[in-house]
Amino acid sequence: MQRKIRVLVAKPGLDGHDRGARVVARGLRDAGMEVVYTGLHQTPEQIVEAAIQEDVDVVGLSILSGAHMTLIPRVKELLKENGAEDIILMAGGTIPEDDIKALKEGGYAQEIFTPGTTIEEIVDWINSVVKTA
Amino acid sequence: MKDRDFKFETVSSMPVKDLYTPLDLPDFDYQRDLGMPGEYPYTRGVQRNMYRGRLWTMRQFAGFATARESNQRYKYLLANGQTGLSVAFDMPTIMGYDSDHPRAFGEVGRVGVAIDSLQDMEILFDGIPLDKISTSMTINAPAAILWCMYIATAEKQGVPSEKLTGTIQNDILKEYIAQKSWIFPPEPSMRLITNIFEYGSKYVPKWNTISISGYHIREAGATAVQELAFTLADGFAYVEAGIAAGLNVDDFAPRLSFFFNAHIDFFEEIAKYRAARRIWARHMREKYGAKDPRSWLLRFHTQTAGCSLTAQQPENNIVRTAYEALAAVLGGTQSLHTNSMDEVLALPTEKAVQIALRTQQILAYETGVPNVIDPLAGSYYVEALTNKMEEEAEKYFAEIERRGGVLKAIDQNFFQQEIADAAYQFQRAVDKKQRIVVGVNEFANPDEKLEIEILKIDPQIEKEQVERLQKLRRERDNIRVRETLDALRKAAEGPENLIPYILECVRAYATEGEIIQVLKEVFGEYKEKPIF
Repeated sequence: MQRKIRVLVAKPGLDGHDRGARVVARGLRDAGMEVVYTGLHQTPEQIVEAAIQEDVDVVGLSILSGAHMTLIPRVKELLKENGAEDIILMAGGTIPEDDIKALKEGGYAQEIFTPGTTIEEIVDWINSVVKTA
Repeated sequence: MKDRDFKFETVSSMPVKDLYTPLDLPDFDYQRDLGMPGEYPYTRGVQRNMYRGRLWTMRQFAGFATARESNQRYKYLLANGQTGLSVAFDMPTIMGYDSDHPRAFGEVGRVGVAIDSLQDMEILFDGIPLDKISTSMTINAPAAILWCMYIATAEKQGVPSEKLTGTIQNDILKEYIAQKSWIFPPEPSMRLITNIFEYGSKYVPKWNTISISGYHIREAGATAVQELAFTLADGFAYVEAGIAAGLNVDDFAPRLSFFFNAHIDFFEEIAKYRAARRIWARHMREKYGAKDPRSWLLRFHTQTAGCSLTAQQPENNIVRTAYEALAAVLGGTQSLHTNSMDEVLALPTEKAVQIALRTQQILAYETGVPNVIDPLAGSYYVEALTNKMEEEAEKYFAEIERRGGVLKAIDQNFFQQEIADAAYQFQRAVDKKQRIVVGVNEFANPDEKLEIEILKIDPQIEKEQVERLQKLRRERDNIRVRETLDALRKAAEGPENLIPYILECVRAYATEGEIIQVLKEVFGEYKEKPIF
């Protein structure tokens, strides 16, 4: 039997706008994935530690505070430092197009979902990038 | 002809009939259910002549980067005819961290202005006379500190606190329920709030000491009924806390104000405001025994719904905002913020803010809408919907009471789960196109390119803010800072009102982070149980 895809949904930074994070977390669970939601106000260190402990395939960061250019690269670097580069990093939130380009081209986030994305689009994307052996 | 193949319901999934007639208002009693405007139960509005007497306050929420930059934006808005200020703080300020705290890294000045000490507040209001301008401050967990900074800034301008007008949001219950910017656990938070009520009633009598907020509850995904019910339930909890703290209800209730969302479903929103006034008046008079008619009045600020706006075809947001503003005005709001079209994408540009403000001005001066008081009264649909909203809200009040009150219901994750369920159902309906969002899941432009300007915050401002803060720490009288902080700690350990102690800390230029740290050591910090 195939192992279920495991996803950590995390809210880094100080903002409390977690509607998107919670809707996505629930949508992924309803699509059959195992989802861990960290709750609010997590530091990049706490997120990476949880990702490794929970042995997840994907980390999804939800950021609406404008701090994405600081927080996303920081999480990516910490994943690398901890030998967990194979964990796929995606993000969502209020992130302007130029920043999306910079974050993807810099290799910090593999995909970024902005408002208007359907849950199915995120599910399909995760299914296409995670190999469930 | 057959009806369209469409589920006819409000945006909150309340079913609507095709037609409303007198049969939908079987027991309607004009005096009991409506009355005259400015009279109990205030369904038709809190003033006798409403906007014929005075238009609503046009209060655009603004603040970004540093105090100096925000000060420029305020002067721009005032020069453009805005009639009140509304301060947006950045996340470190909202969460009680100074700009040089490691947790503030990358967040300084991003979603609002960074205020670390009285010095920043002085710069923020430099050249703005605080005896003439009313200011609303969106601040909750550290509200007492920012309020003290405002009072101290006014002192420096020679304005006594008795003359100050404005509002601090100061609504911690909705933070646990929806907005999630908390610092302390609920009980000490409630103490700070009742301390503010008491101090305000004596020394800052024209100030609204709380703005009980449904806005964030709605933005987190609640339905209109949930917004109405949870907000008023919070309001009742503050009234009960004030009474339990030994205050006379009529001493603080007239300074309680509200803050609602104006979502896109036009009639549902109007009914919500009308029901809110009627419910509040009745509970305050009948249940809490308030005698002063001013304690029965539900006065509210409205903001159009940020969550109804789309990143796609952002110009459409101007239209959405205009309809929402119209609903707020037909619902009898006392002040209004209209969202800027680019708010889904970033903080608004000057141009976008100006269009948003002009939207209100066109409504106020061109449409004729404000000339008649509560013009929708007697509409079978609006009255039936108002009754329905009230009925549904009463069901929630009973459920909250069954659970042991608001604080217990928060602890049981009741509100949080109800809102999460509603948010999820809404998103599924949009995903499945059961609900149409123009430009997003229908009428989309596949090759859309963003054609509006986006405001960028220079990362350099974080550095400047940190440098100014550290310079202040070197140059102020640090012995006095230490003494005032120690006095605050002792007071916090006992039962005294903390506001005079916080004022002393602020006057000594203690920073927000230093004051919060002292209180955290006494009160502890709140942790939520994450749910989805």
